[in-house]
Amino acid sequence: METKTKTPPEEQFFFTTDEPEFKTKEMLLNMGPSHPAMHGIVKIAVKLQGELVMDADIEIGYLHRAMEKTCEDCTWNQATIYTDRLNYVSPIINNVGYVMAVEKLLGIEIPPRGQYLRTILSELSRIADHMTCIGAAAMEMGAMTVFLYAMKGREFLYELFEDYCGARVTTNATRVGGMPADLPDGWIDKMHRALKEERKIIKEIDGLLTCNRIFYDRIKGVGVMKADDAISYGFTGPCLRAAGVEYDVRKNFPYLVYDQADWSIVVGTEGDNFDRYLVRMEEMEQSARICEQLVKKIPDGPHSVSDKHIMLPDKENTYGNIEGLMNHFKLIMHGHGIRVPSGEAYQAVEGGNGELGFYVVSHPIEGEEEDGCASRPWRVRVRPPCLHLVAGIPHMIKGDMVADVIPSFGSINMIGGELDR
Amino acid sequence: MLLIVETLIALGKIAFVLAFVFSFAILLTWAERKQPALMQDRLGANRAPIFGLRLWGIFHSIAETFKLVFKEDFIPPAASQFAFRFAPVVALFPVLLTFAVIPFGNQLEIGGRVILLQVLNINVGILFLLAFGSLGVYGIVLGGWASNNKYSLLGGMRAVAQTISYEVVIGLTIIGPVMVYGTLELGDMVLMQNKLLFGWLPMWGVVVQPLAFLLFLPAGIAETKRTPFDLPEGESEIIGFNLEYSGMRWGMFFLGEFIELVVLAGLLVTLFFGGYHVPYLYDSFELSGVGGFVFPWGATIPLADVWVVVLRICSFAAKIAFFLWLQLLVRWTLPRFRYDQLMRVGWKIMIPLALLNIALTGIVLLAL
Repeated sequence: METKTKTPPEEQFFFTTDEPEFKTKEMLLNMGPSHPAMHGIVKIAVKLQGELVMDADIEIGYLHRAMEKTCEDCTWNQATIYTDRLNYVSPIINNVGYVMAVEKLLGIEIPPRGQYLRTILSELSRIADHMTCIGAAAMEMGAMTVFLYAMKGREFLYELFEDYCGARVTTNATRVGGMPADLPDGWIDKMHRALKEERKIIKEIDGLLTCNRIFYDRIKGVGVMKADDAISYGFTGPCLRAAGVEYDVRKNFPYLVYDQADWSIVVGTEGDNFDRYLVRMEEMEQSARICEQLVKKIPDGPHSVSDKHIMLPDKENTYGNIEGLMNHFKLIMHGHGIRVPSGEAYQAVEGGNGELGFYVVSHPIEGEEEDGCASRPWRVRVRPPCLHLVAGIPHMIKGDMVADVIPSFGSINMIGGELDR
Repeated sequence: MLLIVETLIALGKIAFVLAFVFSFAILLTWAERKQPALMQDRLGANRAPIFGLRLWGIFHSIAETFKLVFKEDFIPPAASQFAFRFAPVVALFPVLLTFAVIPFGNQLEIGGRVILLQVLNINVGILFLLAFGSLGVYGIVLGGWASNNKYSLLGGMRAVAQTISYEVVIGLTIIGPVMVYGTLELGDMVLMQNKLLFGWLPMWGVVVQPLAFLLFLPAGIAETKRTPFDLPEGESEIIGFNLEYSGMRWGMFFLGEFIELVVLAGLLVTLFFGGYHVPYLYDSFELSGVGGFVFPWGATIPLADVWVVVLRICSFAAKIAFFLWLQLLVRWTLPRFRYDQLMRVGWKIMIPLALLNIALTGIVLLAL
């Protein structure tokens, strides 16, 4: 009689090897979501043979806040504040990407001064983003001091953002049709000072890490993602460039005034953690170069479009005369606001982690169909660079050791807000 | 009567050494926060006032101790109850014993009675130290295993592999100084180090055994299980063997770690940096006359033995403080190794070098 042996319950999760004399089991280890390196928002289930990662599976969604859906209940300008919370270490790039998508729908282009401001602020955000990534990755490898140096460096940039828009993280630094304000007095000098400090800190970090034998051995040849694999996983940004693919939205699909500055795409060769680290280090320098060149060229003139249907009037008009007050009301009151014609638009910007795309659909809302325009987005879809990077993690960490999971995970700079939205 | 006096003297010495080690360990909890703060451009601990007095946050050591004692003592229901409670004790107490063999002075004559300034004067001092030093890892592996947590288990396993590997390095490295000084007793070893080479250079371990020192320092840091060798803890990777511990049980692991730091510093000083010696300072037993400074250029400063002892204890403390500072500096500068790299460095680089050191020492000793 044939008997079917049932697997005992504790065996079900483990794979037993066939070696009779020394019986070992694979151990299933859930790293996260409550794990110090997993930011509390992602789970990697790894199968371990000793310390070797045999298999890995990643689970996301712990920070899902229905950002895209929430945007559908906001006016066009209100949705900008939700984009702050995407990649919260470089929020201005998200702001810029979203408003550019809306402007594409409106068919307008903002004046050059506004474009320069957006470019400069985006590049400063990129430095802050890379700074955070390198600092956090180093901290997770035990180099706590690097992390605090990087945080100090980020502080100079956050002060610049604060001077410009009043907020450090939740910047909301753009408006559909332009910028909320011009640069405050002395801001450019302050930026030069900040970039000087930044370079000093980059040099310090470089001295602490790049030629540090322990750090080099830890990340060289680890977490490899070759160019072919990277492309098929949909990698973009520093992680793709580290694999040697020369793709950068700023160069391949130029937007704003990136063509006005002399800078180059940074590429690596191997696509391992060390290359990703080096690419980020050099990109900070390139961003600083862009900023320094562009501030010299900032043209005079308005920073926003003058269309009354899009931009709020100046405050002296709002409080000073009836036309201004009416204009303000017409843009702010419920059911009014910016009227965006029906249609759809996709606008990609180079975010801190790669191609950050906004797909915005405008469609008349029930009750206000008369002009075929909408006062709210019908759909806002974000193409987060992180999602694709995180999808590649199991491929990157398979065959490495459990300690390598941390630098590999750190080097892709997963940002939960952007990943889960 | 004699027995009582002897017992009192022994108890006094034990109390002194315990106070010495504990005050260093407690101060370390403060220095561990303040030194990195200085290195990292921040203020560090500066609260916890006593009567409005803050003193750069030095009272945080006290506040932290109270916090740990009064914290909830959580024991996971799935943990092995006895082993879980027992492990911190095993991690702490053997380490405390090790300082007994480290001399903090030569000897002192009070009322015709010569007191040896060392708690335990045994002829296998170094072996005693190594044996008890390595007992501490039982606490860690026991704690890691008893917690019934996969991360702790990994931490415990790493701790065992690391400690065993680096114990071999330490053992082989110490053979060099032992060959040079011809004794296993740390007190004698320190006495030998006050001799002068070429009439002016104190014969400190680092002078006669530089390679042994260079190997001993990283191996010792590896034994204390701190960054860059903090794999058993690896707080961002596997959170560590002490993951399930809280309150004072967790504190005991850390106290054990800090005491290990002090012991390592003491051992480094004793083996390689002349122990309690101040260069050119001798006591009356060594000079068989009046003690004091005898400089190589002929000048002398006579000093009473009591002052010599005080100076030497201060010098011992200063040297230990220096090595604690060095260990903190290393800990807050470097990232951590990976498990396989650690093993490779230990077995493929440090052990061959330690063997080479033994061979070289042997050849030089034979040639002399």
